[in-house]
Amino acid sequence: MQCDDCGSSDAVIHVTQVESNEMNTFHLCEACATAKGLETGTVPASPLTDFLAQMGTGMETGPAAVTDERCGTCGLTLSDFRKAGRLGCADCYTHFARHLRGLLRRLHGGSQHVGKVYLAEENGHAERAARMVNLRRSLQQAVESEDFERAATLRDQIRQMDEA
Amino acid sequence: MSVELLQLGKDWMDGSGPHADIVLSTRVRLARNLNAFTFGTRASDAERESVWGLASEAAANVPLLKGGAAYLVSELAPVERRVLLERHLVSRELIGGEDSRPAKHAALLLAPKDSLGVMVNEEDHLRLQALLSGFRLRDAWRLADELDEQLGRRLTYAYNPEFGFLTSCPTNVGSGLRASVLMHLPGLVLTKEIAKVLQGMGQVGLTFRGLYGEGSEVVGNFFQISNQTTLGKNEEELVDQLQKIVQQVIQYEVQARSILLRDAPTVMEDKVWRAYGLLRHARAISFEEVMNLLSGVRLGISLKLLPEVSVYLLNQIMIVTQAAHLEQMAGEPLGATARDVRRAAYVRAILSEAGSLPE
Repeated sequence: MQCDDCGSSDAVIHVTQVESNEMNTFHLCEACATAKGLETGTVPASPLTDFLAQMGTGMETGPAAVTDERCGTCGLTLSDFRKAGRLGCADCYTHFARHLRGLLRRLHGGSQHVGKVYLAEENGHAERAARMVNLRRSLQQAVESEDFERAATLRDQIRQMDEA
Repeated sequence: MSVELLQLGKDWMDGSGPHADIVLSTRVRLARNLNAFTFGTRASDAERESVWGLASEAAANVPLLKGGAAYLVSELAPVERRVLLERHLVSRELIGGEDSRPAKHAALLLAPKDSLGVMVNEEDHLRLQALLSGFRLRDAWRLADELDEQLGRRLTYAYNPEFGFLTSCPTNVGSGLRASVLMHLPGLVLTKEIAKVLQGMGQVGLTFRGLYGEGSEVVGNFFQISNQTTLGKNEEELVDQLQKIVQQVIQYEVQARSILLRDAPTVMEDKVWRAYGLLRHARAISFEEVMNLLSGVRLGISLKLLPEVSVYLLNQIMIVTQAAHLEQMAGEPLGATARDVRRAAYVRAILSEAGSLPE
């Protein structure tokens, strides 16, 4: 579908307006929608999410925005992050690293950790066992709620941990 | 539990430590997460339960926490939760709102010496904090660091070499360190220099908050000053920078006080004696008014316009006249009027115990 306004780009925003009992629907491309002052994201809940939303407008024009990136471990998507301003797990930092670097530079003035170095010792047995229990429980929940994409991710993680 | 709870967290208000007349307390907190679990609000109940299980087991075994106390927020009465908040031992986020239930498996671990503690299942799995009286940033950092070392050997933290210690919110990532000092700055407020000082802090990566941290209002001329950034500088640099700026603010405050004393001695003397008089004789008083009057008395003592009353007593009044403390001591819920009456009676009792000042 073409944009009602410029007629050249694909319409991605659909606005229904009700005025004096008359209903009109417009189909607009992102650029025209922004030009008309229509918010394309959700309402930011805090200064940080506001900040993240602003960053997001630049990113969404890239091809990555077509399929919302998702952390393979906890299932958090990039748009979840932009909405809430919180990351879901340690692996999110790896999955979304390229999006985070710029943000961290702006927040902190740097994106490279220079503080304490932490070396995890081989002490995580209890945690690994607990994590396995949790993964199995989550898998069961995912299957019950027919979220098969998530279930597949969880199954792979359980397999990985079994092999380790 | 009630009596025990009212004994907690006294160390930080004992009025010891350098510059205790201007810097009430120093706090260093480190945000840490366990690598194996989903963070914060996204974690399932089962995961939160596991985090609590692992944290309490670790606490029972690390030297600094061994023999300390553990409180599951859900097992405390609402008034007890607020007592912990009023003592600055937990955050608002950990105990949940007035009407909402606290998050599942949210808990507080306290070291036998309760200047040291860990909030469990707050925004991050673990929030280690060291809270000391007076201006003691380096001591607080060393204490928090030592606890971090001990816990980090028993638990596997979420960490990566590029981003450091991984936190739920990217504003805390890296060192996970937030150092803050609670400063009493009536001189800068009265001379109207405070806006400039606070603005200057913003430019060097520091931020200020009210008495109870994030989102709280400034009362009684108390400002909590802390570092805003956590990544790209190491812990010592972050602590040192705050140390230097706070030292400067202390100097400005001392200057402002001496200017007030030089240019308006009668007004100042009248102001602090009025504050003392009201506290000594009022029959019903709100918390906010107590805080403002205490600010005057604190200033008066520091300028030697009032005879010595120990800073500890002033700190004690400040903590114990808060709503939840009054209710906990009364053993029943109190309406606003009853609270104001009890508060006034309590303040009078403490000040008369401290000895009557000359008229």
